[in-house]
Formats: sequence, C-alpha cells, structure tokens
Amino acid sequence: MTKRLQAQRLNGIDHNPWVEFVKLASEHDVVNLGQGFPDFAPPDFAMEAFQRAVSGDFMLNQYTKAFVIIIEPAFDCYEPMTLMAGGRPVFVSLKPSPIQDGELDSSSNWKLDPTELASKFTSRTKALVLNTPNNPLGKVFSREELELVASLCQQHDVVCITDEVYQWLVYDGHQHVSIASLPGMWERTLTIGSAGKTFSVTGWKVGWVLGPDNILKHLRTVHQNSVFHCPTQGQAAVAWSFEREQLYFGQPSSYFVQFPQAMQRSRDHMIHSLQSVGLKPVIPHGSYFLITDISDFKRTMPDLPGTADEPYDSRFVKWMIKNKGLVAIPVSIFYSKPHRKHFDHYIRFCFVKDESTLHAMDEKLQKWKAELK
Amino acid sequence: MFLALGSGTRFLKTIYSSKILGFSTSAKMSLKFTNAKRIEGLDSNVWIEFTKLAADPSVVNLGQGLPDISPPIYVKEKLSKIAAIDSLNQYTRGFGHPSLVKALSCLYGKLYQNQIDPNKEILVTVGAYGSLFSAIQALIDKGDEVIIIVPFYDCYEPMVRMAGATPVFIPLRSSKPVDGKRWSSSDWTLDPHELESKFNSRTKAIILNTPHNPLGKVYTKEELQIIADLCIKYDTLCISDEVYEWLVYSGNKHFKIATFPGMWERTITIGSAGKTFSVTGWKIGWSIGPNHLIKHLQTIQQNTIYTCATPLQEALAQAFWIDIKRMDDPECYFNSLPKELEVKRDRMVCLLESVGLKAIVPDGGYFIIADVSLLDADLSDMKDNEPYDYKFVKWMTKNKKLSAIPVSAFCNSETKLQFEKFVRFCFIKKDSTLDAAEEIIRAWNMQKS
Repeated sequence: MTKRLQAQRLNGIDHNPWVEFVKLASEHDVVNLGQGFPDFAPPDFAMEAFQRAVSGDFMLNQYTKAFVIIIEPAFDCYEPMTLMAGGRPVFVSLKPSPIQDGELDSSSNWKLDPTELASKFTSRTKALVLNTPNNPLGKVFSREELELVASLCQQHDVVCITDEVYQWLVYDGHQHVSIASLPGMWERTLTIGSAGKTFSVTGWKVGWVLGPDNILKHLRTVHQNSVFHCPTQGQAAVAWSFEREQLYFGQPSSYFVQFPQAMQRSRDHMIHSLQSVGLKPVIPHGSYFLITDISDFKRTMPDLPGTADEPYDSRFVKWMIKNKGLVAIPVSIFYSKPHRKHFDHYIRFCFVKDESTLHAMDEKLQKWKAELK
Repeated sequence: MFLALGSGTRFLKTIYSSKILGFSTSAKMSLKFTNAKRIEGLDSNVWIEFTKLAADPSVVNLGQGLPDISPPIYVKEKLSKIAAIDSLNQYTRGFGHPSLVKALSCLYGKLYQNQIDPNKEILVTVGAYGSLFSAIQALIDKGDEVIIIVPFYDCYEPMVRMAGATPVFIPLRSSKPVDGKRWSSSDWTLDPHELESKFNSRTKAIILNTPHNPLGKVYTKEELQIIADLCIKYDTLCISDEVYEWLVYSGNKHFKIATFPGMWERTITIGSAGKTFSVTGWKIGWSIGPNHLIKHLQTIQQNTIYTCATPLQEALAQAFWIDIKRMDDPECYFNSLPKELEVKRDRMVCLLESVGLKAIVPDGGYFIIADVSLLDADLSDMKDNEPYDYKFVKWMTKNKKLSAIPVSAFCNSETKLQFEKFVRFCFIKKDSTLDAAEEIIRAWNMQKS
C-alpha cells in the first residue's frame, strides 16, 4: 500500500522498554528482578476463588488536547497514553535532598519543590497524574504532600488521576492516603486500583477506577467503545477474594497485613544484599520496587557498550544481565527524554519475589563481590 | 445516529450544576470537566439499554448474543487446572501468550495455506472488540473515510468516529424471494456500482463482517472478489470481522478475503474465542495480518491494555490444540457446534413463522432476523419518537416476556427506516430456553386467533 498506514496518534510512541527488557531477560540465564511480577503463589483464597469462578459465567483513560502534569519518575505508560490522546505532558521531578555520608537514601527524601510544582499549572492544565505508592521510587506521599497537590488541583480546577495500585504495600508503619479522601477532592479525582497488585495475580488483568459519576460516565463511554467487557471469571474471583478479605480486615491473618509484612522482609533482605557489591539502595516505603544508586559504577566503569545516546543506566543493566546474571530496569525509562541524562545513575529492582529467587540473587551477588576483589 | 435522546441532555445538566463545586468560576469549571471531543455523542449504547430491559428473570432473552449453552467441557477443565499454576497467574507476553499465538499460527496457517508468524503477524486482544478497537485506532486517522456495510455490528460506527474519521455507509439490499422459496440471507446483496461509488481517495478502509451480524449472510467468493477488486483499485485496507467463521450452515462456505490475491498485505482479519468456543465472558480475540499492519496494532496494545489475561490465554491454547488435532472429526467443536446450531436455527425459523413473523434464514452466525410488521401489533403504548422495531421489542418484552434486539440499532440514522421492520433473535440457546420461547409463541398465536 502506498498510503501512510498508521494513524498520526502513534507518532513517537512505538518504542516500549518492557518489550526490550523482557526479551533480553528471556535470552540469558538470569535471576529476573526486572519486571514487576511476583514469582511466588498468589494467596490460596484467590486461587480458589478463580477456580470457583471458572464454573460461573480495558482501563482506558483518555485525556483531551490539553496539558497533563506528570510527576517523575513515573510509570512509563503515562506519557505515551497522554500523547496518544493528543495531550501534552508537562513533567515535574521528585528530587532527592543531599544525604549524610554513610546513610542510606530513602524515598521520603525525594520531594517536589512546591514553587516548581505550582509553576507547572496553567489555565490549560486538564489533569495531573499522581502515583502513590510510587513506581519506581517506592515513595508514599504524605498527607501534607497530598494536601499541596490537592490545593493546586482545586485552585486551577484540574482533574487528579491517581494510580494507587500498590495501596496495600506500605512499609515501616507508613500510611497510604488516598487523595480522593481529602476535602474538595472526591469530585475531581479518579482513583485507579489493580487486582494484580492487590492479590498477586498480575495475569488476571482486572483493574478498576473509582470516582464521581459525572466523570466516570465518560470513562464508561470509552469502555463501551473499546473493550466493552472484562473477563467474567477474573472479576468474580476478585469479588470473592475481596469478600474474604473483608471478613479479616485489620486482623493479623488478613492478606493485606501479612503480605506487606512479608514483602518488608524481602525488601530488607534485598537492601542488605545489594550493598555488598557497591549498589546504593534508596529505601522504599511502599510498592514492589526499590531503586539503587549506581554512581560509583558510573565513575569506575564509564564506558559500557551501548547505542549512541543510550543512557548509562540502560547500558549498565545490559552489562549486568550479560555478565552478572541479574536483571533490573534502568530508571531513566521512567523519565521524559530531556530529563533522562540527569537521572541515568539509578536502576530498579523488584523484591516481590519468592525466597528462592532472593537466595539465587544472593549467590549472583556473592560471585560478583568475589570478582570485585 | 442511533442514540437515545435522553442521555446527552442529562449529561449537560449534571455538568452545569453549581452544586458540584462552590467556585464562582463554575462555567470555566464545567468546561474542564467535560469529556474529550472524541467521545461526543458516543455515550449511548443499545446493549446497555436492552440488557437492562431483558434482565427481568421472567423474560426469555433471545436478545444479546450470549450463548446459554455450556462451553465444551475440556475448555472449562483446562482453565480450572491452569488457575492452580502460579506462574500462569502473572503477566505474559504483551502481544499474545506464547502458547496461544503458536496455536493460532498453526490453525490459521492451515486455513490461509501459508505460514503465519506467531509473533509478528498475530495480536491477541481483549475480545474481538479489542481487535476492532486496536485496528481502528492504529490505522484510521482523523479525516479518513471508512466504508461500513449496513446493517453493521453497532460498535463499528462509534469506533470509527472516536478515531476522528467519517463513516460512509452502504446498505445491503434484498431482492424479494422467489415464490415458494424461503427468504434467505443470501438474498441480501451489495450493488456493485453503488459500492464503487463509496470509494474515493480519502477511503482508508472498508469494514467487512462475514458471516454477518445480524443478517447471517455468508459472503460468496464472487461477492468478496468485488470488494477485493475495489480495495486494490483504490488502495484501501480491509478490516474483516470473521468472529462467526465456524458457524456456517449446510450449503455454504466461509471464505477469507485475506487469502484472495493482493489482499493479505492490506487486510486485518479478526477472530474471537468467545464465538469459537462459546465462552463470551473470556474476552480473548485476535487480529491476524501482515507485520507492516500488525505492528501498529501492537503499538496501540502496548499503550492501552499492554497484555491480556494469562490463565485464559493458556487455557484457550490448550483447547485449541485438542480441536486442531481433529479437524476432520465430527467431534471437533468447529464441526459439532455448527451442526448443533443448524438444528436450532431451523427450529427458530419455524417458530417465528408460526406466529406470522417473516424470518430471513441465515446462512451463518447465530442470529436470525424477522420482519415483524405483518403482525400489526398495537404499539400505541410505546414512546413515540423511537423507530418501529425499538417499540416492538419493548412491547414484546413487556407483554410477551420475549426479548430480542431491534435491527435499526445496527443502522445509521439515514438507513434506520429501511430496517425498522426487522427484529433480531439469537438462537445459540439451550433447548429449555427455546422451549420457553416456543411456549410464549404458541400462547401468542392462540391469543391472535
């Protein structure tokens, strides 16, 4: 065909980092701490619920031709989805304050500058995308931080799209706060949740959005003109799983209590192990992930193979996959192109993995450590 | 547009209510909270309206195309076993679970008589609906024209509009059946000159649906050749919705337009697990085509849902292998289901005719449409500003406890009048449902006499 085939809305969004890194991980003998999925069993009750559901009978948020504020580092799909809808992403970065020597950085140390944030809002700002707990950083936005975002949203009359898929995974006594619960926010907030992250069943692909009917009705219109339905069994199983959890809510046997406790231990295990080879973890207070500072490696091994313009962290990850048998994800993919060069010295690890995977990780790290001497 | 009148105005009332926020800039506020222009006018949906109506348990529902027959046992068993495997409850390959695309590649390789690359020439989507969405979003641009044949599965028009393109409609027209012969879906055809007149330099694609919903028409080789010739002459794409490909009745054959010379490179062919294995709730579909087209659908996929449900894809793959291995066997579901449905089709035709509804015998699919005007039902109670068939279905649901779908829901506003005498019935229903329908129809008959 001589005509241009693809629609203009695809311009610039055809490349996807996951496709690249998932493929690479499958081509080498690796311990995969890259893509965010649990490699242990989902809880029994969820599996049983799905079994029961078997005998029984897509979230698309589209933005208008307007500006959408995205807080970086951000889950990578926010930008292409905004572009595909004809919107213009406007980025504002979480920035770490300097830390003391010998101390570990923490996700709560990464903050938005209030003045800078306010400057990003204009009369054409339609929405702001929030992600708490944050992927990749693991930051859990505090009530005060959310109040700042909320007041700006109200002042400029902006819709808040809040991705809270990791809402049940918070550590060290931190509390997840839903911005929709703050005064003046319910009527302008869309809150997104995920069965995959709630019940460790990422393959079920059931998610949801909560919000006021006057905004949700437009999402329903898109829904009925795109996927129309979601798989029935998955939804039934999620419903039954939630019913089970409601009975145990707040009790020690609740999955929402046990799971974050277990993942906190995994997180601590990983933080301890990664330091042995000179990686510097940033302690996350929520989510599946932690990022580690690789500046020391950037100093000692600056010239790793890669394509022209490829950020350092991406080259480092590829080197690590091939030479050390560990998979992580370069954090620069969570930044907009112009900002990547400022944040090319971090890589993201997923610690929501089985004990055996973490032990395999330890073995690889021990070997690495031995090679450093 | 086939939209109900109420919802648009309701939306405006809600948005402009000053109760929502106490700001003095309420007019400015309301503009921000409005929907994106791409969904303007697309909010109403016939399924939502009629499913609600038929939800009354005392109604025999022959409306929405929902099989109430059991799916094959092995399909359910596979899913049950797979649900217990940990890794199959986590993310899989975004463009399609490896074992599923392999099975699809094998099956369709046989049907296309050509190798189909499982990774580059197949995309697994959330239902065939998701394939239609991805194909249209990927390949249709603002300002393009897309030819849609009327009647059409109702989502084609809003999806084309949502992409900013203009639908161009052409109706199937019927010759009157020869005396003594039953009215058949094959009597409905496209006028070749009229069809050609719809093509121009702005035409990006034509959407084809064979076997056809709601008519049940199975396009012949000759009819497809005419469409293919035009696609090649005007250099357009063809999006071919073939979800009912296995449901073809005696004396008919399903042809894939993508196998015609010059067509593979410009065609996306869509299939559905829901229709293939009677599992509409699984929402797994697929698009097959050349990589230079499929890669754009993959871009849409990676920027929308990213990946489809894993356990369902694995179960489907395993079910496919069972039937791929016995394609010549009458026990193969691809063979047994159409045989089972042909009996139900014939029963349905008789039932409808016994009460004075003039049925159009479908050559394929699991729907049958009938002309209800001869019944001359008293619809004076029904809302005035709706097409005849909408009123008839609502009257029939309320008074006869039998539901169906008005065929004008499958038409654009200009052609509604041509089809407003027709109502669509779904016959992929278990015998007890058809028995219940039969009882209603007998009683209806007695009332008339």
